[in-house]
Amino acid sequence: MKNHNKKRLTKALAMAALVPFVLTACGGGAGAGSGGDASTLTLMDYYNNEPDNLAIKKEIENCAADIGVTIEREAVPGKDLIQKVLQKSSSKTLPDILMLDNPDLQEIAATGGLAPLSDFNVDTSGFAQGMLDAGTYEGEVYGLAPTANTLGLFYNKKLLAAAGLKPPTTWDELKSTASALTKGSQYGLAFSGIATYEGAWQFLPFMWTNGGSETELNSTANKEALQLYKDLVDSGATSKGVINWGQGDVKDQFMAGKAAMMINGPWQIPALNEDPSLEWGSVQVPVNKAGQTPTAPLGGEVWTVPQTGNKAKQAKAAEFISCFTKGDTQIALGTQRYTVPTKPELAKEYIAKMPDMASFTEQIANARSRTGNLGTEWPKAATTIYTAIQLVLTGKASVDDAFTQAAKG
Amino acid sequence: MTSLSTDTPAVSRTLSASRAEAPAPRPRQSFWARENIAKILFVVPAGIYMLLYFGYPVVKNLVMSMQDYTTKTFFTGEAPWVGFQNYVTVITSNLFGPALLNTALFTVASIVGQFAIGLALACFFNRKFPLSRFLRAMLLLPWLLPLIVASATWRSILDQDSGILNQFLGTVGIPAIPWLTSPDVALIAVILVNIWVGIPFNVTLLYGGLQDIPAELYEAGQLDGATGWKAFRHITWPNLRPVVSVVLILGVVYTIKVLDIILGLTNGGPANSTQTIAVRSYQESFVNFEFGVGAAFSNILIIISLVFAVIYLRANRRAVDE
Repeated sequence: MKNHNKKRLTKALAMAALVPFVLTACGGGAGAGSGGDASTLTLMDYYNNEPDNLAIKKEIENCAADIGVTIEREAVPGKDLIQKVLQKSSSKTLPDILMLDNPDLQEIAATGGLAPLSDFNVDTSGFAQGMLDAGTYEGEVYGLAPTANTLGLFYNKKLLAAAGLKPPTTWDELKSTASALTKGSQYGLAFSGIATYEGAWQFLPFMWTNGGSETELNSTANKEALQLYKDLVDSGATSKGVINWGQGDVKDQFMAGKAAMMINGPWQIPALNEDPSLEWGSVQVPVNKAGQTPTAPLGGEVWTVPQTGNKAKQAKAAEFISCFTKGDTQIALGTQRYTVPTKPELAKEYIAKMPDMASFTEQIANARSRTGNLGTEWPKAATTIYTAIQLVLTGKASVDDAFTQAAKG
Repeated sequence: MTSLSTDTPAVSRTLSASRAEAPAPRPRQSFWARENIAKILFVVPAGIYMLLYFGYPVVKNLVMSMQDYTTKTFFTGEAPWVGFQNYVTVITSNLFGPALLNTALFTVASIVGQFAIGLALACFFNRKFPLSRFLRAMLLLPWLLPLIVASATWRSILDQDSGILNQFLGTVGIPAIPWLTSPDVALIAVILVNIWVGIPFNVTLLYGGLQDIPAELYEAGQLDGATGWKAFRHITWPNLRPVVSVVLILGVVYTIKVLDIILGLTNGGPANSTQTIAVRSYQESFVNFEFGVGAAFSNILIIISLVFAVIYLRANRRAVDE
């Protein structure tokens, strides 16, 4: 009996040892056989946190059902996405549908790794121009976004009301309001001036609204915006700590009541709403002189079709993107994720459903993409911008010299 | 598997057959004697491992530093040869000098701090007292904590306005120090955190070294009047020297490449005051996607580490000879 068992065990082990071989054989076969079959698509995005994860998952499943495919989704951490994309492209295993953060699109499109959406006759009409710019490389649209985000000025209603103040609309008002709201351990305003792209992104609304441009950084308009930052920090209305604060830190300061106002994006709203005692409002980012149009940068992710070499799957992937960026999906994603639909015609319907998002929806209409002017040169300009901010706020350079000094790297 | 087991006797049969035919083998043949083959077979796995996991990355990195290696390369596989252009870019960049200086300051200050505190704690724990084992185990905690977690925690501790360190200093009457927000202080703050991270490593090795010093030496020394500082100077230190050289040189090699702590605390800021060669290498490669330039930075780092590794090997050999 014992011996018999032993034999069986050996047999079982031998079988078990064979399993990997059988599996790899199957894997290889399936890969080769799926050449013409487009019933399963792979997809990669970076929404690995709630509530984004579930909202995106639901809409992906809806669209998959619509176009009759099964979608295998992989959600990777945001920081790892580009490295993952590069790895997968060198091993020729790019997913059929790829989400990219919009400022990265041109960089990836320039490598030849993405297919222009016009190849598959995807309708790109009706989208906000800024969002289309973000998805365009050398005249071809490579990516579309269902929703977008941007920056605005959040304010603590209780603190402003107690001081008898209204949310500021100009830089002068911003400075005086912030100073008036500064007392004890409470600062008037918080923003992110950190030495990463986040710091550069938060500076853009001030720079662009004032007529500045990333193509000519050393301009008077840009220097005036830098001066505003310096005035706010020097007067003590903004903490010196901002040069090491990311946008998450800024939100924490605002929620803890240590900042009466903050520059931030609508993706923080779910977190803000978790504290029912916090009453907040939001307005567009203040302008330098009355009459200027608030121009903020456009955030959000674009969905693309990588060059996988499988035409049938690419066509299905393009069909998926059309579905994923259609009006219904835009409204559904926008209401769940506090992001703004990218088709301006949906604005009214959206604001009716999401009154909190009114100022951001307005802001999106005039928002600009970061890569629209510079394309793949944008990262260099962004580095110069955040370095200039750091130089000025730490007193290592004057406002006049900061951009020149920062550009030297 | 089965095919292997049937083959082996056949091989040994032919081997023994050839031996029978040639009873006096020439010296060259003896190289293939069983014993030697066995020796070689023991070395081969280690050799393959070294080639795959050390040789390949080093060679690849060297080649990459001579290429224009960008995001495009991953798709097309094309990386144009540019010779030493990347090294020229690195050395002429404005940040190279400050980064090199910061790397040196960071490494030297970290090592001095870690070693001094580590040695003091090791001597302290070398005396037996209640709970000494437990406390020594607790000292290992910073080592067990993932560095990203540790640096995120330190970042909030060191915050200028609400950080607990400044709150504490405030109660003693010391005004708030801009730990991570002043270019003059940030490097010091980063070094302090790195010292905290490195203490367990130093304590562990030095404590091991202290345990190896025979108690008889101290007893004999006591008879001659060597106690306290004198005992340390004439008994502990000379006996500890081999361990000390290992600790210091490994410390240099580990510290010079520190990246995660700096990225987590300051990301090279404020105003580039905490840029080191390792941070530059990371940012060029994974932020600017200039993999060739990033590789050039890391090769410079490797060469510096290599110098210390050679010093370590030589010091080690001398220690064995003694």
